[in-house]
Amino acid sequence: MELLDVGLTEVRSALLQISEIVAPPYQTALSLMEQRFQNEHLGGHFPTGLKGLDAALCGGIPFGVLTELVGPAGIGKTQFCLKLSLLASLPTNYGGLDGRVIYIDVESKFSSRRLLEIGLRSFPEIFQMKEMAQEMAGRILVLRPTSLAEFTQSLEQIKVSLLQNQVKMLVIDSMAALVSGEHEQGARRQQTLSWHISFIKSLAEFSRIPVVVTNQVRSRNHDDASRYCFQVQSRDGAIETPMQYDSHLVAALGIQWAHAVTTRLVLEAKSGERFIKVAKSPISPPLAFPFHITSSGISLLSDDGKEVMGPEINAIHYQGHNEIINFGMEGLH
Amino acid sequence: MEIWRLPISASQRGKLISAGYTSLSSLSSISSSDLARELNVSESEAMNILKVASHSRGSETSNASCSIVEVLDTFQWWAGAQSAWDMLHDEESLMHITTSSADLDNILGGGIHCKEVTEIGGVPGIGKTQLGIQIAVNVQIPNDFGGLGGNSIYIDTEGSFMVERAFQIAEACIEDMSEYNRFLRKDFQECKIKMQPQDILENIFYFRICSYTEQIALINYLDKFLSEHKDVKVIVVDSVTFHFRQDFDDMALRTRVLSGMALKLMNLAKRFSLAVVLLNQVTTKHTEASFQLALALGDSWSHTCTNRIVLYWNGNERYAYIDKSPSLRSA
Repeated sequence: MELLDVGLTEVRSALLQISEIVAPPYQTALSLMEQRFQNEHLGGHFPTGLKGLDAALCGGIPFGVLTELVGPAGIGKTQFCLKLSLLASLPTNYGGLDGRVIYIDVESKFSSRRLLEIGLRSFPEIFQMKEMAQEMAGRILVLRPTSLAEFTQSLEQIKVSLLQNQVKMLVIDSMAALVSGEHEQGARRQQTLSWHISFIKSLAEFSRIPVVVTNQVRSRNHDDASRYCFQVQSRDGAIETPMQYDSHLVAALGIQWAHAVTTRLVLEAKSGERFIKVAKSPISPPLAFPFHITSSGISLLSDDGKEVMGPEINAIHYQGHNEIINFGMEGLH
Repeated sequence: MEIWRLPISASQRGKLISAGYTSLSSLSSISSSDLARELNVSESEAMNILKVASHSRGSETSNASCSIVEVLDTFQWWAGAQSAWDMLHDEESLMHITTSSADLDNILGGGIHCKEVTEIGGVPGIGKTQLGIQIAVNVQIPNDFGGLGGNSIYIDTEGSFMVERAFQIAEACIEDMSEYNRFLRKDFQECKIKMQPQDILENIFYFRICSYTEQIALINYLDKFLSEHKDVKVIVVDSVTFHFRQDFDDMALRTRVLSGMALKLMNLAKRFSLAVVLLNQVTTKHTEASFQLALALGDSWSHTCTNRIVLYWNGNERYAYIDKSPSLRSA
């Protein structure tokens, strides 16, 4: 009021008018649904080719929100990302999005040879023709930022050129590597991360593309909070046995990140088998599917997911991994 | 009351003071044209100043002169204040919105209360968004089945509202209603449920917010929206913390903005008799040499909402804990 040198009532009405203009328009949920089904591919979902997973996710990876793949090293996150990028570049009659893919490869794990191998095995009719293979592979743009600052810069450029270049998917592999490479600790790191989180989310939202982000795991330390203050109080007499954590691993990047992603797919290894679990999703029940890695990418061993109850769905196991590696080697030969 | 407390612009105030008018009583005896001449302002401006002055002076002097005998009458004086007896009558006729979980409804005393702000928080993946969507659907249960039959506003800040899920929940709700129907009205004629899931979806007004300025603007705009759409009975905000956790350097500003927002929401709840449900995230808090989980946005925010429910995992099941409520025990 002091600044504008006008009376109170005028300020109030100005505030109301500005608010009305700034506030976003509303839509009824019904019109939202109709819009999505008409305009977008399969009602706003990107099918992954894994039938059980797609059924659980109501069609596939949802557009416009963040999907996170988290799991210990070597379990198959990059393979999954490669398969997805390939699928997205295919024309729509093969189940793809017919567009470009931006793959942000922080740890230099992208292997174009493996990509072509996957393509050859899964869609031989396309990839055997050299020009088609070249065109499909040419649609995947790989960026290799070496620092967080470079990543920030490329993000901003991406936002500008998203619609012009017909980019249909964004893959970031891996987010944790980007953040952990920075020297800052604690609160500053949270702040920079939170800026990136909201930027990527708004990017996904306004362009309605699926965004897949990979995350690493770290070991659980004593400081990790898992209880509320009232939970501690309620057990007063008996000595509380600490909850048996059968997994010592938790997803990296903290609880703020966990809130920000919409869908979380946990990949883990348990008693020699690999599982992909739908840990957090607004549309699916908590299901776990066994999978294995083949020359044509990832395939599910069973399309019926096993329902996992309770917080177990969030736990990340890493047992029996050595057997998997040996098994994998045999499979490849 | 002194001049400097009048809600007029700074330059007008300055002119008043420099012309020698330092208190309200000095303004009482002057006409607007004289004032205009003295202050060198337009006549309409002077009239405005006088109007404002007499308005505030009127209430002041009356307050000073009320006596104990007239206490009951002056209750009506303060516009909007009600005696406690009237309020009891109002509270008894309050409606609740069921959460579709009998136990949760029990500890809440029937469901989510109207005219109150309820905050629900929990770790990611526990079902806050699900509960929010459920409430947005349940408020539409028609009066015959014990519901409110109203519309709902869903304010989405994170993008986690999935239309397909809302459709599923709407279908299940209608199925529940037809089963209930079959149970009770076996002897009467079969009243077919005329509601379709599409109708339920049509009554959910969905807003997508991408920044905290939009959030503030929307809450300001809701006043006008609600006067146009009188049927709205619940506002669900999912989640109220998201935009405020990113890049807010000035903590004091954040607290001010948040409490302003909370006050406005409470105001809306009371005026339009609707329920406000806010979904919140968790953060880690360092207390007594250990880290514990606590709802986000800090201690000052925890004072602003009327009811608080925390959802958590206990073993393999989800539990709800009523953290704060004026009328219910912790459970």
